Amino acid sequence: MSARSTGVGVPARAGVQERSWPESLTEVPYWVFQAEDVYRAEQERIFHGPTWNYLCLEAELAEPGDFCATFIGEQPVLVTRDHDGQIYAFENRCAHRGSLIAMEHYGHTRDFTCVYHAWTYNLQGDLTGVAFEEGINGKGGMPPEFCKAAHSPRRLRLASVHGLVFGSLDNDVPHIEEYLGQEILDRIERVLGGRKPVVLGRFTQSLPNNWKLYMENVKDSYHASILHLFFTTFGLNKLSQKGGIIVSEDGGHHVSWSAIDREAEAGEHYKDQKIRSESEYQLQDPSLVDGFSEVGDDITLQILSVSPGFVLQQIQNSVAVRQVLPTGVDSTDLHWTYLGFEDDTEEQQLIRLKQSNLVGPAGYVSMEDGAIGGFVQRGIAGAGQEFATVQMGGDQAVSSESRVTEASIRGFWKVYREAMGFAVGAGRGVHA
Amino acid sequence: MDAHNLISRAQGRYVHTIDDGLIEDWPEFFADDAFYKVTTADNHRRGLPAGIIWAHNKAMLKDRVSALKEANIYEPHTYRHMLGQPSVLEESEAGATSETSFLVIRIMGNGPTDVFASGRYLDEYVFDDGRALIKKRIVVCDSSRIDTLLVLPL
Repeated sequence: MSARSTGVGVPARAGVQERSWPESLTEVPYWVFQAEDVYRAEQERIFHGPTWNYLCLEAELAEPGDFCATFIGEQPVLVTRDHDGQIYAFENRCAHRGSLIAMEHYGHTRDFTCVYHAWTYNLQGDLTGVAFEEGINGKGGMPPEFCKAAHSPRRLRLASVHGLVFGSLDNDVPHIEEYLGQEILDRIERVLGGRKPVVLGRFTQSLPNNWKLYMENVKDSYHASILHLFFTTFGLNKLSQKGGIIVSEDGGHHVSWSAIDREAEAGEHYKDQKIRSESEYQLQDPSLVDGFSEVGDDITLQILSVSPGFVLQQIQNSVAVRQVLPTGVDSTDLHWTYLGFEDDTEEQQLIRLKQSNLVGPAGYVSMEDGAIGGFVQRGIAGAGQEFATVQMGGDQAVSSESRVTEASIRGFWKVYREAMGFAVGAGRGVHA
Repeated sequence: MDAHNLISRAQGRYVHTIDDGLIEDWPEFFADDAFYKVTTADNHRRGLPAGIIWAHNKAMLKDRVSALKEANIYEPHTYRHMLGQPSVLEESEAGATSETSFLVIRIMGNGPTDVFASGRYLDEYVFDDGRALIKKRIVVCDSSRIDTLLVLPL
């Protein structure tokens, strides 16, 4: 059926295939953030391709009838919990003439009725009713051979990981555990395993840049203590702390973590370098950064990303998930969901609410990330033939004890260029 | 002066301070134990407690000001607040509750002038020496979306 031809025949396909990617992972061509044909091809090859995309939390679909209307790339999808207790997901597009089936972001319903012509779907996405299917007084109506079962919206593959619901539009996607790898699974478990998350708030930040600039930023442990002064001054995240970077075997996913090492804070790393992070800065209410051990260990920061567009964050006791959704070549929606847990004490919840100031669109340690992608997007205008250089920490995409590395950025591009099918070879290297 | 006048006067000064005055003076419109939160209509309707900005005392508001002056990096920009008339919901000798709609236009240093936020202030005021101080302000933005970042207060 026509509803299933998802982007095959994207007009610009030929153009994308002619593009070549540098062989070295240290070079990133700027056209990848600028080109409309690349953006269109990403919808097909990344978001409709064999990737797992975060949809929502199981906790957000607590009761049968709860639903969430979200996206994979630009593709609208509906995620539901039916009365059998199972979670279902399907494309949020009426099989009739393509209207959205549901518009509310989060809601509760018995079934879905398309507003256009009242075609009805159950919570599993089966087409169950067609208005005036038999016509009126024997006249009009659908042809007798019309089969509702053949016209249900396409179902997604689903996987649940410690309460995170991921979906895929490609049946050939690897099993989620294979896709993530054990190290990433372990770090998701570290924050969410055996806990029941409670949503404390949801905020959307519109970013004036290509979605991949935000993913680069998330994977960039090098910038954290340089761009974000707040972090450094309060010992939340210094390059001299103990910590490291985990890059998944394929390169696509990463974890950056650090743990407090107060002795090292007196070291010379920062004094030697005249970087802005040196400034003195006192809080009038320092209780903002008084936290508790999140899961009983010393780790105060863990940023975890899953390719293509998911982030799980623990910054002290600010726990959040971020869903990165492209909305255009140079625009991205960043959906923040701030979390607490069912067994939090009142005091712990208070700490989480205070520390919500650290993150989100007005976050003391995250607001710059909302703007920096736009600075790059504007900075590279006119530089479509040029390349970014990501050589910090070498040219590989592997785990590292040092956080002064761009290894996880290289890993992102390694997986990306392969998924996009670019010819690998030419680049600045061959001209230098 | 009646509650409506006290609140109108305080709000007029409040927006002047953010838009045209010294941002350091912004916390002075609040009581020491004031609660201030910026949230969205969707979060507010669902009773979700977190904020885009969340403070439960004046010291935290002062920290917001020092952070935006000394720590955070953003492009220079200003706001122009347009407030509706306060709707006084309850009033006594000691204070009042009110609701006021707002429109905030953001003017970027490099040119563009755009509507940044619309919404309403849900306020509790205490009257102190002929002056209305904010005891509680929940800034409920109509949209769930914040463009780029929020650094100057609403």
